[in-house]
Amino acid sequence: MQAAVEQEPRVRGGYLTVRRLARVRTGWFGAALVGLMIAVALAAPLVAPYGFNEMSLENRLKPPEWLKGGTSTHLLGTDPLGRDMLSRVIWAARTSLGIAGISMLVAMVFGVMMGLLSGYYGGRLDILVMRLADIQLSFPYLLLAIAVMALLKPSLVNLILVLALRSWVVYARTVRSSVLVVNQREFVEAATALGASDRRIITRHLMPNVIAPIIVISSFQLAELIIAESSLSFLGLGVQPPMPSWGAMLSQGREYLTSAWWLGVFPGIAIILTVLGINLFGDALRDALDPRLKV
Amino acid sequence: MANLVLSRLAQAVPSLLGVTIIAFVLLQLSGDPTQLLLPMEASEEVRADFRRAYGLDRPIPVQYAHYLLRLLQGDFGQSFAHRRPAMEVVLERLPATLELSAAALLIAVLIAIPTGVISAVKRNSIYDHLSMGLVLLGQSIPTFWLGMLMILVFAVGLHALPVSGRGSFAQLVLPSVTLAMWLLALVARLTRSGMLEVLSQDYIRTARAKGLAEVVVTTRHAVRNALVPIVTVVGLQAGGLLGGAVMTEAVFAWPGVGTLVLESILKRDYPVVLAALILVATAFVLINLLVDLLYGYLDPRVRVGRRG
Repeated sequence: MQAAVEQEPRVRGGYLTVRRLARVRTGWFGAALVGLMIAVALAAPLVAPYGFNEMSLENRLKPPEWLKGGTSTHLLGTDPLGRDMLSRVIWAARTSLGIAGISMLVAMVFGVMMGLLSGYYGGRLDILVMRLADIQLSFPYLLLAIAVMALLKPSLVNLILVLALRSWVVYARTVRSSVLVVNQREFVEAATALGASDRRIITRHLMPNVIAPIIVISSFQLAELIIAESSLSFLGLGVQPPMPSWGAMLSQGREYLTSAWWLGVFPGIAIILTVLGINLFGDALRDALDPRLKV
Repeated sequence: MANLVLSRLAQAVPSLLGVTIIAFVLLQLSGDPTQLLLPMEASEEVRADFRRAYGLDRPIPVQYAHYLLRLLQGDFGQSFAHRRPAMEVVLERLPATLELSAAALLIAVLIAIPTGVISAVKRNSIYDHLSMGLVLLGQSIPTFWLGMLMILVFAVGLHALPVSGRGSFAQLVLPSVTLAMWLLALVARLTRSGMLEVLSQDYIRTARAKGLAEVVVTTRHAVRNALVPIVTVVGLQAGGLLGGAVMTEAVFAWPGVGTLVLESILKRDYPVVLAALILVATAFVLINLLVDLLYGYLDPRVRVGRRG
């Protein structure tokens, strides 16, 4: 009966995706790394041996446990205020992952909405949104972020907004171009002919077809945002002390590079493990969801 | 081609205007200049005089129009800290940043393209897996942390290279390698996927069927075509390179525009920050324009495909 009308493609079944993911060992490794980091961040109060701002002046600048002068009470050593490095790296996972995650969600909601509306309605709105994106992309992002954070106050909300600024364009552009393609398909035409409202077409027919690219973009954006946050915090324009973030810890580590290398090494390892994990997982996810995607 | 040049130029204008609007808005948001520039004990009358003298009492759109006019005349305001035109201060630091970026670009391209090509030709070999693994690692390291590791290993550990400053060739090595890494990773990856795509084309099979040596097929037929999109990507990454340059300069105390911006932020010398932002954004828009035109020149299909 419906043979003449093109079938609406289902979003690929979760089962198939999981099976394809499973075939990629590096993807599993990435997922494990990210999972571990998220678990540690969530369980920070349980797994961190000390509080992030717990100072002990007699234990200042202790080297890691396995070096001469190290103690088993501070596995990764201590900072110039005698704060436990391991605990601070763990607590910082909360800050860094939390801020990057929230910024990504803000960017996603705003960007996807803009992309859907811009692609579906076209016209002036489309021109306006794409123009805004162009203008923003004519700034080297990090320099723009530095200028914005310096001229505004480096508060948590400002930081999240500045980070979200980085990613919304990517979502908006990708979703818009997907919508332009899907809009031409027969099932959208059929839905329109049946009298479906704009809202129904957008949420029931367009949305499901842009989910795959959104998921893939999200993984890579999360990695980018973690690096962006740590860069800003490294420059003193992001997370403010005493709140620990990997970038801010590295900024302190830089001052002690010649005398206490562990301050500048462990937070960096945490960043790279997280970002590497996300990138590995993202690669596998892209291959599993849609190999043609080039994000 | 002339049409293409004109349409691209026309598209660059709104972007440049947008740059000035954002700079102006940031300036407005930075707070009351009289708080910043006048002594704390300045009376309200002195502040009012100051506002009148600098046109700060006029409506915002009028202020913006004046701001834009001044920019067009090359007046980017006075640096508070240096007591000289802000743009002059920025331009003095530009050569250092350009030197660093050019060195990094050169290193990245020289290493990345052969790496990517060999990876694609020897797909799924140990070499391919190893180099792509390293590339992924390179993409996951924050530039500033890589710089710190470089300092730890080569300067603190081995005493082989200087930690900071600019002047000698040895001082250029660590910063430029640091800055190159991220671009290197990106270009190597793209070269590999571009090559894989080209190698599956019909004309490559034809070339092989003609009995051409594999080396000739790879270098003369495949690489040339694979490189075209890479030109665009490298150009588009100019902004990322400049962002990375800021971080690299910060780590190595390299006296470029990046460190100037950071110093100026600490001194609240906003005219310098904005002059640098406008200069870099303008350069970025122009680079993209050039890349676009170069792409049209390299790939004739682009000229036909887009309506000029």
